[in-house]
Amino acid sequence: MSVQTTDYTVSEIRSPAAFIASRVFIYGALAFWAFVCLFPIYWTITTSFKSAVDVTQGHLIPFVDFTPDWKGWRSLGLSPDSIFQTSTVRDEFFKRFMNSVITSVGASGLAIIIGSLAAYGLVRYRYKFAWFKNEDISFFFLSQLILPPVVLALPFLVLYREVALLDTRIGLVLLYTLMVLPIVIWIMRDQFNSIPVELEEAALVDGLSIWGAFFRIVMPIALPGMVAAFILAMVLCWNEYFFAALLTSTDAKTIPVMVASQTGSQGINWWSMAALATAAIAPLAIIGIALERYLIMGMTAGSVK
Amino acid sequence: MAEQISTANAWPGNPADLIPAGRKRLGWGLLAIATLALLAIIVVQILYKTEMSTVGFDTWRPVVYAYVLWGVALGAWQVLTRGEDGQRALFLLPALLFTIAMVIFPTLFGFYIALTDWNLSSFAGRRFNGLDNFWQMLADPYYRNALVNMVLYVLAVLVEYVIAFGLALLLNAQIKARKFFRVVFLLPLMLSPVAVSWMVGKSLMEYRFGPAATLARHLGWDNPAFFSDPITARISIMMLDAWTFIPFMMIMLLAGLQAMSREVLEAARVDGATAWQTFWQVTFPLMLPVSVTAVILRIIFKLKLADIIITLTSGGPGGATDSVSSFIYREYRDRSNVGYGTMLAMAYLVIIVVFVTWLLKFASRFVRNVN
Repeated sequence: MSVQTTDYTVSEIRSPAAFIASRVFIYGALAFWAFVCLFPIYWTITTSFKSAVDVTQGHLIPFVDFTPDWKGWRSLGLSPDSIFQTSTVRDEFFKRFMNSVITSVGASGLAIIIGSLAAYGLVRYRYKFAWFKNEDISFFFLSQLILPPVVLALPFLVLYREVALLDTRIGLVLLYTLMVLPIVIWIMRDQFNSIPVELEEAALVDGLSIWGAFFRIVMPIALPGMVAAFILAMVLCWNEYFFAALLTSTDAKTIPVMVASQTGSQGINWWSMAALATAAIAPLAIIGIALERYLIMGMTAGSVK
Repeated sequence: MAEQISTANAWPGNPADLIPAGRKRLGWGLLAIATLALLAIIVVQILYKTEMSTVGFDTWRPVVYAYVLWGVALGAWQVLTRGEDGQRALFLLPALLFTIAMVIFPTLFGFYIALTDWNLSSFAGRRFNGLDNFWQMLADPYYRNALVNMVLYVLAVLVEYVIAFGLALLLNAQIKARKFFRVVFLLPLMLSPVAVSWMVGKSLMEYRFGPAATLARHLGWDNPAFFSDPITARISIMMLDAWTFIPFMMIMLLAGLQAMSREVLEAARVDGATAWQTFWQVTFPLMLPVSVTAVILRIIFKLKLADIIITLTSGGPGGATDSVSSFIYREYRDRSNVGYGTMLAMAYLVIIVVFVTWLLKFASRFVRNVN
C-alpha cells in the first residue's frame, strides 16, 4: 500500500494564468510547511555549535552570524578534540543510549514475534475461548490501544517493586511490548489478510506442518509488513517518556529521561542541551529518511481498503 | 483458563489426528504439575509475605518465572492432547498470556489501590479507605480543570485534521520532488516529544532570544510570552503537539487520496464542476471513511498526551495546560500520593472507555448516513 504518484492530465488546467497562480500557491504552501518542519531541527543542530552569547542573541546562520565551535559536543565528550579523552558525561550518554537501543529494539522485536503469531492465528484459524470468538479476541488486543499509560503506571510501579523489575531494562521491554502490541497486531493482520490462502494450502499438501508453512512460506512474504511494524514500534518505544520517567531511576534510564533532566544549577546550557537533543533525535531521523517507505506502509495499514 | 480453546478446522486439511491415550495422559500430567507448581509457589509466597511462614523468596520474581513456565506447559498440553488444533492454538497463546498478565492483573490491582489511602512519603503505609478517594476526586477543581483541558485538546484535533488534509492534498497534487516533501513533512513524527519540547518549546519559543518570539515581535505582538497566560499557553501546547502528530494524519489521508479512483474525478471535471465543487461533492465524501479512522486514531493518541506538558510547563500556569495524564504524573511524582493518583487514573480510564465506545458507534453511524 505504498504511496504512489498520481499523474494529472494537462486537460485539467484551464488557462495559463490560473495554471501559474495554482503552481505558485502549491509550491509556496509546500515551501512554507517544509520550513515549519525543518526549522526546529535546524535550530537544534545549529544551537549545539553556539556559545552562550550566540544563543542569547538569537543568532541563526553559522559563519555569518556566529562562528560555530564544538562547545555543545565537547560538553558531551563527543567533539573531535575530546573524543579520545575520558569523559564521564560521554560514558553516561552511551549508557543511556544503549538503554534506549536495547529497550526499543527488544520491545519491538518481542512485539513483532508474539504479535505476528497472534495476528496470523486470528486471520487464518477460528478460535473459541470460552464464549470469546476471533472478533472478540481481536477486539481485546486492539482495545489495549486506548489504555492510557497513567492507568498502568502506578500499579506497575508497585508490582515491579515486588518482582524486582523496577529500574531494569527487562521491565521497560515488557511494558513497551505491551504498548506497541496492538499496533503490531493491527498491521500484521492486514498483511496476512493480503496473502492468498492457496499458498499455504499448497505447502500443507506438500507435507509441511502448519508451523513449517508459516515459517517457510508465509513469513518471507510478510517480511515487508514485519519491517514496517518493527520500525513504527521502534519510533514509539524510542520516544517513550512517561513509563521511563516513572519506572527507572539510575540503571535503566533512557535517552528521553536524560534529556528531560538536564537542568543545571545555573540554568540551562543550551549548547549541551542541543547536542544531547540532536543525538537523541538523530537515529530516528536517519531511520525515518532511509526507511520512509516502510513507515508509511505501517501507518496506512488497514486504513484504506 | 484456556482449557476451552478449541479451534475449528478452517481448512479441509488433515483428518482428525488420532492421538494415543499415553500422549494425552502426558499432556494432562504436565499441565497438572505446572498448575500445582504455580499455585504452590504463590501460596508459599503469600504465607512468607504475611509472615505466617519463614520459607519463601525476598521478591515475587519466582512467581513470574513460574507463570512463564506454566505458559510453556499450557502450550505443550495443547499440542500433546489436541494435535494439530493445539498447534494452531499455539499461535495465539503467547500474545494472549502476555497481555492478560500485563493488563488484567495490574488493572484489577489498580482498582484496589484506588480504594486505599496510600502516600509513599508517609509512614502509615497502605490503608483501605473505601470510596474516600472518589469523593475527594469529585471535589477536586484541578482534576475537573484537567478534564476540561482534555476536551479542548481533543477539539484541537479538528484543526489538525484540516491542516493534515490540506497537506495531503498538496502532496497529492502534481508536483516535483514529491518524495522529498513527503520525507520532510514526516520528520516531526520521528522526533522525541521530550527533545522537541526542550528545543522548540523552551528554546525556540523562548521569550527573550527565541526566533519564534523575535518573529512574533516583528509581526506586532509586543509581549510574545508563549507560556505565561492560560490561553496562549494552551494554544502553544496544542501547536507543539499538532506539529509532531499532523504527519500521522497526513499520511493516512494521503493514502486515502491515492486510493481514490481517477474516473470519478474525471467525470466531475467533464461535467464542468469547479475544483471547489469537486472537492466538496466528490473528494470529501469519498474520503470520509479514511478521515474518520484517522481522526479517531489521533484522538486516541491525544487522550494520552503527557510528555510535552510534563517537560514544558508542568501543567502551569496554575494548572491551565494540565492534561489528565500530566496531572496524575505530578500527583505521584511531587506528592507521592499513590492511592489518590490511581483513583484519578481509573476514573479517567472509565471516562475514556465510555467516550471512545460512543465515538466509534457515532462514527460508524455518521459514515453510514452520509454515504
